Amino acid sequence: MRQEVVLAMLAKEPSHGYQLRARLRDALGPLGDAMNAGQVYVTLARLEKAGLLAVEGSADDADRSDRKVYALTPNGQQRVAEWIAEVGWPRPDLAEFHLKLIAAASAGLADPLTIVDTQRRELLRRLRDAQRAAMAEPALSAAALLLEGIVLRLQADLRWLEACEKNWTHRRSGS
Amino acid sequence: MSNAAETPVLRARGLRKEYGKGEGLVRAVDGVDLDVSAGETVAIMGPSGCGKSTLLHLLGGLDRPSSGEVSLNGRRIDDFSEKALAAMRRTDVGYVFQSFHLMEELTAVENVELPALLAGRSPRAARRRAEELLDQLGLAGRARFLPSALSGGQRQRVAVARALSNEPLVVLADEPTGNLDSAATLDVLQLFEELHESGQTLVIVTHDARIAATADRMFSMRDGVLVDQTWLTGGTTGQLGALAGLED
Repeated sequence: MRQEVVLAMLAKEPSHGYQLRARLRDALGPLGDAMNAGQVYVTLARLEKAGLLAVEGSADDADRSDRKVYALTPNGQQRVAEWIAEVGWPRPDLAEFHLKLIAAASAGLADPLTIVDTQRRELLRRLRDAQRAAMAEPALSAAALLLEGIVLRLQADLRWLEACEKNWTHRRSGS
Repeated sequence: MSNAAETPVLRARGLRKEYGKGEGLVRAVDGVDLDVSAGETVAIMGPSGCGKSTLLHLLGGLDRPSSGEVSLNGRRIDDFSEKALAAMRRTDVGYVFQSFHLMEELTAVENVELPALLAGRSPRAARRRAEELLDQLGLAGRARFLPSALSGGQRQRVAVARALSNEPLVVLADEPTGNLDSAATLDVLQLFEELHESGQTLVIVTHDARIAATADRMFSMRDGVLVDQTWLTGGTTGQLGALAGLED
């Protein structure tokens, strides 16, 4: 996850590290469980060093990262504004899989349909996990929305596998 | 998971279904072996025309195989007489179809009680069971509605309630979400999860990955043959973080 995400989650108001983590947990639901606290504090320290965050709070608590109150500096606010305006695009690696099928078939290394089946197995397992996790969340929660995104992406990938299956079945019977 | 000591609820051996002759011979189902244990959900996926619906019809006694065996709870059904087969279909198997197949002139509760009445239950017992099922499936308030007054998702819920009317050994579903939009699909998805949790044995034929993903096991079917089996149980949400971009 990019540092800007952590920075932006602090834009609402100066916060303790544990408040920031609670905010991330609410937004990510079960997916937030995998994030460890150390990672967040390392990111906070980096952002502080880069002058994007400043630490408020009393001096005697300064040695405990958990007690520090982090606030955006003007530079930090500028960075968040740029990040919000930025258009990001996910980069699914379709070409690699596509070329794997072509290479496997042309050199006789493996049956492309077997590769498709193996890939589908993995995706279906993840779809099942994502779906179960989504159903366990309250309907309109932030976490359910994120999980819905994962489900939709997996469905798109599975549809493409269907197209691969059709295409390679056709090629095989044609040759 | 199947257990050697336990008789599978549904068992197929060397199942074949052929249509036509000579050059025009079509092997819709071409040698399928399948064991479905009690409480298991099995999904069969495949492109249209791969024979999955035909297979489901053979498993449920809606059609007879050209060769091979089908057993339900250890009893061969492929050589049943028409009469015995009809009785078996009424009591031991519940069917759910893509286009619901509800009687349009009957209310929801009348649709649901019909199989129980046909199986010889008293009208009172049949009605009580139907109302119980509609209540369980969240349709208590719709019991007196005609199907035409229900949404697609609700109609499929009624159809599932009807399938459960006689407490069947197995529910067979043929593209249960094929006619539904995504909200209604989610509704049916939830329902199948609930059935699964209640211990109902289920076989679902579908091309909808979301429904297939509710299963314990998934088979891919191509050209009348089950070509790949996947166990879907035992995952963790740990790997999902990567899909959301939380890990690199």
